[in-house]
Amino acid sequence: MNTEFLLQINQLRAAIDDKEILKGLNLEVRPGEIHAIMGPNGSGKSTLANVLTGRDIATVTHGSISFEGRNLLDMSPEERAREGIFLSFQYPIEIPGVSMVNFMKTAINEQRKHRGLEPLSASEFLRQMREKKELVEIDSALTNRSVNEGFSGGEKKKNEIFQMAMLEPRLAVLDETDSGLDIDALRIVANGVNKIRRPDTSVIVITHYQRLLEYIIPDYVHVLYDGRIVRSAGPELALELEERGYDWIRKEADITAESWTTDRK
Amino acid sequence: MFDTGRDTFLKDSPEIFNRYRKSAFDDFLRLGIPDRKNEAYKYTNLEKFLNHKYDDYFFPRPEDFREAERFHCEVEDLDVWNMVLLNGFFPNGDKGLVMLPGGIWVGSMRYAVKQFPALVEKHYNRYIEDGSDGLIPLNTALASDGLFIYAPKNTVYTKPIQIVNLLHSDKDIFVQDRNLVVVEEGAQLSLLSCDHAISPQRFLTNTITEVYVGRNARFEIIRVQNQHNNSGKITHTFIHQERDSYASSNNISLHGGLVRNATWHHLGGENSETHSYGLFLADKEQHIANFVKVDHTAPNCNSTQLFKGVLDDNSSGAFNGRIMVHKDAQKTNAYQSNNNIILSETARMDTKPQLEIYADDVKCSHGATVGQLDENALFYLRSRGIDAREARLMLMFGFAHEVIQNIPIEALRERIDDLVHKRLRGELSRCASCAVQCN
Repeated sequence: MNTEFLLQINQLRAAIDDKEILKGLNLEVRPGEIHAIMGPNGSGKSTLANVLTGRDIATVTHGSISFEGRNLLDMSPEERAREGIFLSFQYPIEIPGVSMVNFMKTAINEQRKHRGLEPLSASEFLRQMREKKELVEIDSALTNRSVNEGFSGGEKKKNEIFQMAMLEPRLAVLDETDSGLDIDALRIVANGVNKIRRPDTSVIVITHYQRLLEYIIPDYVHVLYDGRIVRSAGPELALELEERGYDWIRKEADITAESWTTDRK
Repeated sequence: MFDTGRDTFLKDSPEIFNRYRKSAFDDFLRLGIPDRKNEAYKYTNLEKFLNHKYDDYFFPRPEDFREAERFHCEVEDLDVWNMVLLNGFFPNGDKGLVMLPGGIWVGSMRYAVKQFPALVEKHYNRYIEDGSDGLIPLNTALASDGLFIYAPKNTVYTKPIQIVNLLHSDKDIFVQDRNLVVVEEGAQLSLLSCDHAISPQRFLTNTITEVYVGRNARFEIIRVQNQHNNSGKITHTFIHQERDSYASSNNISLHGGLVRNATWHHLGGENSETHSYGLFLADKEQHIANFVKVDHTAPNCNSTQLFKGVLDDNSSGAFNGRIMVHKDAQKTNAYQSNNNIILSETARMDTKPQLEIYADDVKCSHGATVGQLDENALFYLRSRGIDAREARLMLMFGFAHEVIQNIPIEALRERIDDLVHKRLRGELSRCASCAVQCN
């Protein structure tokens, strides 16, 4: 196993209700790299986020994922989180009756326990909450409420980034964090991500649009189409996609797939 | 039961109680014990508790009261004025009423009729609505004591009044207590009613509480029910509100073989507000039912109903909630919600929300759910590193806390939070405070 990579996805196939969604996906992410995954609706972007974080909606039928050399697919969602994987949800969940404070305290202390550390003291915890709230410009009152309850769309996305700031992941997966945000909220969210990142934090940005990538500048842009990465390049690919749309990718990919199928026959 | 020991019974009872007995008993004979053909009892089977032969019981002995005095409420820092009723009777009930600072009177119905005859006359047996439930006339026919609270005009007592309804006996007994609370114009009252059974006998309690909330008055009642599996508790609470008034009812049912709380909120004057909350945790063979009716007869009133249940093992629960908006009750705002979580394959919950609206300018909403924990929420918590078991507990606790947060007494709210936490975590044996050590 190559330890140069934080994450290695190899020939990953995954299905939802017997329908294959990911059809042999490969991706390698080194520490500190930002990878953007773009693609049309239904190409498998969210399924990839689900498989990475252990949501059991999709079943992995083939291939492997290693995280720091360990088999990720053997780990429960909570183990993955404690190992440093963070998902910013496309649709953050409202949890009435569970306070943000209790939620974050439990999450942080579970993570610390996993690393053999003592629970945070109440004052240290509150200091961190305060500091991270400023970092992501989240309204202070929101963290006194129940998790996401009654938050606006923009507040929910900010709250995801706030949680990311608190948990300091090694790999953050941002699943369409930009969708539905106005330009100001987008800037705050993106700047938040940039401020939180340490040099070795890796980020996978899943998005439809190039807009977010003006703020979070990727090292690589991949196009996911029909369950496979069909093209990888530098940030200029995002601009090209913005201009030309996805149709040309579709055509090229379908031709490749056809010839690939023909070759195999 | 009505015939045996009749003379002592009648002699010891308030005169006004005796006046209604005969017709009430006829009503009871006509209606009988409600069975499942009665819509309001469709999912609640009373047989197990009502088909039992209870011993005759008329008045506690002095030594019983002394025993009762040893009971201590376990809620820390609860700043209340406290009184213990034993098997539905006041100790020293005939010695007079107590006047609390601020001018509020508390005591036995037996004495209230002597000190405030006109007031009792005006309010006793006036707010009862249900003509189909035989248990209501049964109480009127058989009750001989109960709690009386009178908050005269503009009186305020800042502390809650805590009434501990203690069941303790060497016999199986059927308790019928009859309570009257009068909160006059501009007065404020908070009542905490706690039910405990501290001996393992079989008990059945059939309680009626009539509450009058005058103009611009404020009334809160919180019931905490923590009995045992051999104990049945049936309450009927009628809250009548005049204009500009506020009332809230909070039923926290932690334990009991059979619990049925029926609460009627009658919004009789405009610009009033009423809230009905309930939370129950049921396991083993317990059955816990809540019946609520909110009657909007006047315009510009707001009401909420929020009831939640957590059911485990073979337990069952029922919710029957009605909002009735009469023709003249324009600008009504009425909300009702009933949510339940089922933790086992064999637990059962029946819920029946009902809306009846005869006014055309109203906002009403209702919803009911019965289900398991939300998988999306569970995954959300786990994706932050919280293990599955802990995440489940957090969700269940959050679910219950939505009701608990409405308890207006902070020390009690914290205690109930803590109790529910421990119950859900299994840290507190389900039967820790229970007199029957059945397992």
